[in-house]
Amino acid sequence: MQIYLPIAEVSVNAFLLLGLGGIVGILSGMFGVGGGFLMTPLLFFIGIPPAVAVATEANQIVASSFSGVLAHLRRKTVDLRMGVVLLIGGLVGAALGVQVFAMLRAIGQVDLLVRLSYVVFLGIIGSLMFVESLSAIRKSRKSSGAPPGRKRHNWIHALPLKMKFRTSGLYISVIPPVLVGVFVGILAAIMGVGGGFIMVPAMIYLLGMPTKVVVGTSLFQIIFVTGFTTLLHATTNFTVDMMLAVLLLIGGVVGAQIGAQIGVRLKAEQLRILLALMVLAVCGKLALDLLLQPGELYSLGAAGGHG
Amino acid sequence: MIRLAVLLLLLALPVRAEEVIAGLSQNRVSITANFDGSEILIFGAVKREAPIPEETGPLEVVITVAGPSVPVMVRRKAKRYGIWVNTDAVEVDRAPSFYAVATSGPFNLILKDIEDLRHKISIERAIRSVGAPMTIADAGNFTEALIRIRRDEDLYQIRPNTVLVTEETLFQTSVALPANLTEGDYLARFFLTRGGNVIDAFETKIFVKKVGLERFLYTLAHERPLIYGILSLAIAIAAGWGASAVFRYLRS
Repeated sequence: MQIYLPIAEVSVNAFLLLGLGGIVGILSGMFGVGGGFLMTPLLFFIGIPPAVAVATEANQIVASSFSGVLAHLRRKTVDLRMGVVLLIGGLVGAALGVQVFAMLRAIGQVDLLVRLSYVVFLGIIGSLMFVESLSAIRKSRKSSGAPPGRKRHNWIHALPLKMKFRTSGLYISVIPPVLVGVFVGILAAIMGVGGGFIMVPAMIYLLGMPTKVVVGTSLFQIIFVTGFTTLLHATTNFTVDMMLAVLLLIGGVVGAQIGAQIGVRLKAEQLRILLALMVLAVCGKLALDLLLQPGELYSLGAAGGHG
Repeated sequence: MIRLAVLLLLLALPVRAEEVIAGLSQNRVSITANFDGSEILIFGAVKREAPIPEETGPLEVVITVAGPSVPVMVRRKAKRYGIWVNTDAVEVDRAPSFYAVATSGPFNLILKDIEDLRHKISIERAIRSVGAPMTIADAGNFTEALIRIRRDEDLYQIRPNTVLVTEETLFQTSVALPANLTEGDYLARFFLTRGGNVIDAFETKIFVKKVGLERFLYTLAHERPLIYGILSLAIAIAAGWGASAVFRYLRS
């Protein structure tokens, strides 16, 4: 069944969109990631204009993160205070990101920026996760010794403006979380992702937050940042396609719940290595597009104004 | 006003030997949620007072359908620092969003170049491109690329020998409007030619409009973007909450 998307102005198969939403939903449920980093490139591949794909995906992430954060709130694994601090940074970052996006769109480089960001971030995160989970698997084979429970005191503890985060059991400066938030906000606006795949490692390794509150807190922050991004894209670029968002999120929310069930049956290291491989595959495909000579050197865009 | 002027002009002209009378199967195309392209049947007849002239060659018909014209930015990629990035850009001042040319014979044989220039019938002539930046020497390549890309998407169609002419009097063809159509007033033009000269022309409009939900969403998104954005968020949050609630209920 073909369906005409009013904002993207293309006609696509409705079941294809539902299916994509479902598959990405399953993966995001399995791995506890938003799935934006997979969905946005997939939308490019099926011919949705990048600007619409990015803005609409932000809208869809609101739905999947909201669904996820409810579960975490019930389990009390959300550090609300830390979430708010990250959020303040995030909103600033999102506002910056949307401006950059609109500016680059006018000079025709938005496509390049989005693709480059994807290649760089997916490449880094994918390789790090791959190496880390490989060594984790090796370690668990050798011995089931106690995990290293070190608490490092690094440069972060020397910064001013300290604040108590009771849920995380931390007493640190608010500067690093705000900066992490700004950075993730910019990414959310430019790449159409929640930024969980950047924020989760940053919270664990940089801020030293306990793993059990990390996912819930990052989801909490993502809802507001992507929600804000959606509003900004809707008002400055007019690129949020509600029809597309609804189809994706129907598939997505159902898939996420199924994925969560599959996820509990797999081992954490196996999950992480699968996720790492997937991230690297998407990265590789996008990198090839940039490196190989494209079949069509020319591309069309709207001249001046929006559209 | 323009129509009136054209009408007056037509009346002022001497009675033509052959006149084109044409019709469309529909002059209104509605883009609904499940819009999947549309086929328009175009037909017509030649009205004449005198017998069929024979010395000026057979009667041929050229039909064009053009979407609204808007400026288009054509960009070219080049290799910079090892990756392919957009470098040069040329703005094409006016290019129709859709253009189909259907003819009853080979285009070059049934229409003289001078007539093409006058009536802007071929795709190359229907596109207007002036003033490429001084730094770009090969502006022609950009217009060619525009035509090539849109032809690949079926937005530009060149269809020689698809107009069926019967007894030099009746003619018909059909034009397929693709699914990725934009809104606007589409102009259908008819040209009768003999020996490469245009002997009569006629034009009519096809109105392509989003309707129903499509119309509502499009208007809302552009005229009340804040409300549209909030509505999108509300739907997302409701869906997220709904899914969580349903699955919790199923599990318990």
